[in-house]
Amino acid sequence: MSAVLKAKHQRLVLIIIALIAIIGAGLLASYALRNEASLFYTPDQIAADPPAAGQAIRLGGMVQEGSLSTMEDGITVAFIVTDKESSTVTVRYTGILPDLFVEGSGVVADGRLDANGTFIADELLAKHDENYVPRELQDMDQHSPDKTLETLESVT
Amino acid sequence: MIAELGLAALWLAAALCALQLLGGALAQRDENSDLARLVRPAAIIQGLLAGFAFLMLLWLFYVTDLSVKLVATNSHSAKPLVFKLAGAWGNHEGSMLLWITVMALAGGLIALVERRLPEKTMLATLSAQAFVGLGFYAFLLLSSNPFERLPQPALEGIGLNPLLQDIGLAFHPPTLYFGYVGLSVAFSFAVGALLTRQVNPNFARAMRPWVLGAWIFLTLGITAGSYWAYYELGWGGWWFWDPVENASLMPWLAATALLHSVGVLAARDALRTWTIMLGVIAFSMSMLGTFLVRSGILTSVHAFAVDPERGSFILVLLLLYIGGSLLLFALRAGTVSEGERFSVTSREGALVFNNVMLSALLGIVLLGTLYPLLTEAFDVRVSVGPPYFNPVGAIFTIPMLLIMAVGPLLRWRGDSFARIKNSVAIVAAIMLAVLALVLILGSYGLLPVLGLAVAAGLAVGSFLPLRGRNLLRAPLSLWGMVIAHFGIAVALFGMASETAFSEEKLAAVPVGESAEVGPWDITLEQVAPVAGPNWTAIQGRLAASYDGGDPVLLTPESRNFWAPTQETTESTLATRWNGQLYAVIGNQAADGRWQLRLWWKPFVTFIWYGGILIALGGLLALIGRLRTDLKRRYVKSRQADRAKEAAAL
Repeated sequence: MSAVLKAKHQRLVLIIIALIAIIGAGLLASYALRNEASLFYTPDQIAADPPAAGQAIRLGGMVQEGSLSTMEDGITVAFIVTDKESSTVTVRYTGILPDLFVEGSGVVADGRLDANGTFIADELLAKHDENYVPRELQDMDQHSPDKTLETLESVT
Repeated sequence: MIAELGLAALWLAAALCALQLLGGALAQRDENSDLARLVRPAAIIQGLLAGFAFLMLLWLFYVTDLSVKLVATNSHSAKPLVFKLAGAWGNHEGSMLLWITVMALAGGLIALVERRLPEKTMLATLSAQAFVGLGFYAFLLLSSNPFERLPQPALEGIGLNPLLQDIGLAFHPPTLYFGYVGLSVAFSFAVGALLTRQVNPNFARAMRPWVLGAWIFLTLGITAGSYWAYYELGWGGWWFWDPVENASLMPWLAATALLHSVGVLAARDALRTWTIMLGVIAFSMSMLGTFLVRSGILTSVHAFAVDPERGSFILVLLLLYIGGSLLLFALRAGTVSEGERFSVTSREGALVFNNVMLSALLGIVLLGTLYPLLTEAFDVRVSVGPPYFNPVGAIFTIPMLLIMAVGPLLRWRGDSFARIKNSVAIVAAIMLAVLALVLILGSYGLLPVLGLAVAAGLAVGSFLPLRGRNLLRAPLSLWGMVIAHFGIAVALFGMASETAFSEEKLAAVPVGESAEVGPWDITLEQVAPVAGPNWTAIQGRLAASYDGGDPVLLTPESRNFWAPTQETTESTLATRWNGQLYAVIGNQAADGRWQLRLWWKPFVTFIWYGGILIALGGLLALIGRLRTDLKRRYVKSRQADRAKEAAAL
């Protein structure tokens, strides 16, 4: 009798542990998400309501024509990201530019603003091909998803 | 003509699928009806027809039939043959056809060989399989016809996305698909068993090979995908927590939990409802993954062949399957009687712990992946990355790995930790020793240090179940578990070492000069143009010498494809037993210097060796299980024969 009770008791313990773990995971995840998710900003939004310097954010916009320049060390580049409105943000990135990074095209950068308002990018998001547009930029980019078809029609 | 043949075969297969669904369902009333007898043949022929349709598509790509839209948009006459063939599934329509082909073949295989379960349950399973299949046939035939013709043939094809023109990636999606589809079979088994309320060890033994098989393919697929992203994207990272990567990780987590709980059900007749639940969740995760990848609803650098309209089609299927099966589960779970009891400190207890941790991990990855979608509903755009996934995931991964190191030593049903305290002490001692050693070496961040210690403990712990056994006599499935667990330790060691010890160098180097990273000395000897079959490139020639030894030649390239026009970075790797040198060449600076990005990544290759070991462990277990099953079946038939002889006398 007591053995059966004990087994039931122990099963209850398992269920409680499981519940605690799952609820704990949920709470932990939502807490971490609120703190660790980096917000997406366009240059306009930065101008309107700048995030704190050093806070991890994601910046998206168009690379301004003629703004790309390479620094003395040969590997740090600076360029200006702009959007449909007139706000601009200067971005500095040390590293090799991703494929398909061109002036006049969309870019998404992970990083943070420094004290001078320059965006220091840790990573520039590369596009996989010319049809891929970061979702954040769909409103502002001119690329149409049907480009493959257009190209096809021009070939045939 | 070929395209029309393929399409006709596909329609016919869909019709048979409908028959299979109907027949299987009606057979629940009378399992000896004529209709019931049609179900198995329908499943087999459906598999053959789908296979035939897929062969036709391969043929169209083989001959580059440019009157077919799919070929014209994804192939090119100048493409190497293997990529022409891979082009058949390197796009939305083709990959959906591959999916349905594998699924139909799997259904045919069950119909052909599976005789262990009561016929009624089997027919319910085939019916459930047809239910899932029919949705995909509708999807394929109504909105993604791979055999669609162009009004007039194209003169030349557009080509395959150059990033996909890579032998690793050509075979990566089919591998993952085999995994997803295997889980669809497990799902059908779960639904079938729920319908007839036959959840027992026999059911678990029938379902297990499919779960194991799916899990092996998922493991290989994720490993290959990680390695591909590592060397092809040129970023030097092996996991980005990208939605598309998460989409493959989530079914793997669910399948891993399912694999362990189905084992408990087969061996001990416990965790009945839980196993069914996981069967439903695992397949839901593969559907959700497909949806996330195909719909373009989440920002991903990996998202190919994205189309919102198709996304909504998959969403409807997703809701139908998940909603339907959960409803069935809610209705029936109560009637599946409770299984055998066990105590908390037992093999079952450890496995339940593993299951809970895996489920928590799954929840964390799921939340992190969907969170951007949720916030976007409130017009807030966010991205969720490593700062969330790494620490939160580790909180659940580390305890799980610790229990994993000692859990297999516990006996079924009931045991005490006191009995295995020596083994626990060995594992703990090794972990502490490694922890101390790394802390003395330098400061490397909390997670990698813990990772190294846990990896060492787990590496030793995973072999402890073999202690005191005759190694040659130990069952294959035991070896499978040992090797798979050891593989986890190896992969973890690779991840932690890479994170802790990697060194990076970014430099602008003129031809003839050199740069250093870690123990390597790298000289840029030359930069020259080169040409391939469908691309031209700038190629750097680097002489890399390890610790003053003989130099190895590395040739990173920056390629320009012309069909379609696209630029790609081809990194190069110098692999040694203790790590990899990773080199990427960038643009030329104004003064003639070339940008080089160099990494020295100690033991990074262990990540993928680990993945291969995990899959190998799964394969050994699968072979072992299948062999035992065959033996059991043979013994049974012998017994039946003998009984018949005895009766005749």
